[in-house]
Amino acid sequence: MRVNGAEVNLDRPFTLSEYLKAAGYDCLRVAAELNGAIVPRAKYDVVALDDGDSLEIVGFVGGG
Amino acid sequence: MKVTVNGVWKETSAGTAFMLRAETFPDREVLVLNGFQISEDAVLHDGDHVYIGKKGVFPERDELHALMSARHTPGVHARVSGATVGVAGLGGLGSNIVAMLARLGVGRLVIADFDVIEPTNLNRQNYYVEHIGMSKAKATADAVGRINPFIEVVTHDVRITPDNAASMFGGCDVVCEAFDSPTEKAMIVNTLMEKCPGLALVCGSGLAGFGDSNDIHTVKRMGNLYVCGDGFSAARIGTGLMSPRVGICAGHMANAVLRLLMGEEIR
Repeated sequence: MRVNGAEVNLDRPFTLSEYLKAAGYDCLRVAAELNGAIVPRAKYDVVALDDGDSLEIVGFVGGG
Repeated sequence: MKVTVNGVWKETSAGTAFMLRAETFPDREVLVLNGFQISEDAVLHDGDHVYIGKKGVFPERDELHALMSARHTPGVHARVSGATVGVAGLGGLGSNIVAMLARLGVGRLVIADFDVIEPTNLNRQNYYVEHIGMSKAKATADAVGRINPFIEVVTHDVRITPDNAASMFGGCDVVCEAFDSPTEKAMIVNTLMEKCPGLALVCGSGLAGFGDSNDIHTVKRMGNLYVCGDGFSAARIGTGLMSPRVGICAGHMANAVLRLLMGEEIR
């Protein structure tokens, strides 16, 4: 699959929240778009990532 | 030849800006030709926009429109004066973004913050000593009125939540996320992307410290999400928020709003 434009190989099935944690993101500090559609936060635990998916993750850091 | 003088089309035989002034408002000092204030005379062309103003006098509503129209790049005022822009959070980013949008003459501003101004805000936020203890929403609305009294301001002096964000900002053309906390930033972005598909969002992320100014940039992420900042400089123990980089990022965000309103593509 592609994550933020880069190719990524997943060695096992991941839900979105599992992938975000494994990649070092805090689920409460991101917005995620899967194949062009925003993923509602309530679905992070159930959306499964698959071959050919395109995932965009925007992480936010504090300060404003 | 036809030109506009203070917003009104006029047939003139004046060949230059100075001749036009002598013909219309000979006692006025300020001359703006197609967005640029001139001190030397310039040849006029058909379709030019000219503003002729009096120093030290605040204009009436119609004349202020003409002034803004003449002072900005041609086409900008007509577009922004009909726009509605939301700013969520009125701290370092938000208070400065609102001031810029007010100077641009954005016709309607929807602003929201639940907090009051405290002394630690003054190192970067667009407030003054006399505002200490005042609601940020109220002080910011006042600031808009002092810049351009003809802008309509919708003020929400409440905490923004997933339950009220869409009703506050759903009618906007563009919304700026200008919160401090990263979880709040993610909250409003997710809420508005889910509930208001198609709404353009401009966010700030990574503007603390005194790192390189040029690391702060504007990038399009996802369909309608534009992120300004360096992406990594978080405010934390040991890294404060200071006026220059906060101001740079606020400028990026306000210009992203302007570019979106003007129909420019941001990559």
